Amino acid sequence: MSATALDTATKLPVGTWTSDPTHSSASFAVKHMVVATFRGRFEKLDAQLNVGEDGTAELTGTVDAGSIVVKDENLQAHLGAPDFFDTERFPQLRFVSTSIRRDGEELVLDGELTIKDHTHAVEARGTITDPHETLGGAAKVGVTLETVIDRTKFGLEWNAPLPKGGFALANDVKLTVELELNRGGE
Amino acid sequence: MRVLGISGSLRGDSHNLRLLRAAAELLPPEAELVLFGGLKAIPPFDEDDEAAPGRVVESWRAEIGTADALLFATPEYNSSIPGVLKNAVDWASRPFASAALRNKPAAVIGASTGMFGAVWAQAELRKSLAAAGARVIDSELPIADADNAFAPDGMLIEHDQTLVLGEILAELLAQTPERIAA
Repeated sequence: MSATALDTATKLPVGTWTSDPTHSSASFAVKHMVVATFRGRFEKLDAQLNVGEDGTAELTGTVDAGSIVVKDENLQAHLGAPDFFDTERFPQLRFVSTSIRRDGEELVLDGELTIKDHTHAVEARGTITDPHETLGGAAKVGVTLETVIDRTKFGLEWNAPLPKGGFALANDVKLTVELELNRGGE
Repeated sequence: MRVLGISGSLRGDSHNLRLLRAAAELLPPEAELVLFGGLKAIPPFDEDDEAAPGRVVESWRAEIGTADALLFATPEYNSSIPGVLKNAVDWASRPFASAALRNKPAAVIGASTGMFGAVWAQAELRKSLAAAGARVIDSELPIADADNAFAPDGMLIEHDQTLVLGEILAELLAQTPERIAA
């Protein structure tokens, strides 16, 4: 492999890339009642990838905690209550990267995630799809990321013991974001 | 600030009512304890009645709504919360997304004539209030042997209990929107 090809494989697309709100998503998955996986999502998120000519890069993102959606309205309300996200006091989840590494399509981010004023380092892994011209000549970049966090470290400590052992909810929660990023602020 | 005091005992001379009155004396000047007297009149929760729950339930929800914080004092019946109190919590917990209890700062204390001071009832009430979406203080004050716990002036005889009660009240008031905004 030539040096030029290696650069292309490790460099990020220069520019400011902003999430398309309709075609981007943030979701979570957690073991429920020991046996199954429960999923939910946040409807409102905003992310930006900034890559300088010198190769410096940062990905930042916010999620509106109150935009959480699950299939039961009472559960949805409980997830917004002080037992869980406490959206009255903590309306946003925030992420800011501290380093971004790329190898081909693979992406590894270190960063700081803040939920309920608890900030912890996380490592997120995923993919990046280089700029592609779409309808109207607009360029888009795709980013997917996943990480697993211990929710109890972020102030999400609710649980209920089960009659014969185990708990209603696992502590580990998988977070997934899928971003369609437009060049600039469009 | 308006603190709504709710005694889980309906008895006129109940120890838990006395405990609420003792708490009132420890509040700072800017806070006032208002005793809720309508617990006995709240009808049994029935989902069929939710569309038109009636004046008593609406009044209970309105009292919670206008309070900056809630202070519950509960006895313990058969190792748990008195039915009338749980019933009131149930009415105030629905509909969940806009429930009167949602995000409301709440603390639970309790007295009993036995040796455990209603500690199980307090734990269960805290659990129910949190499940209803309230902002529940994670502290308790079990007043055991309640027949002998109060001085003639209405205050608690044990100094340590008075200190804990004061700490719980301070923690409760710190969770009110007014204090949070300050």
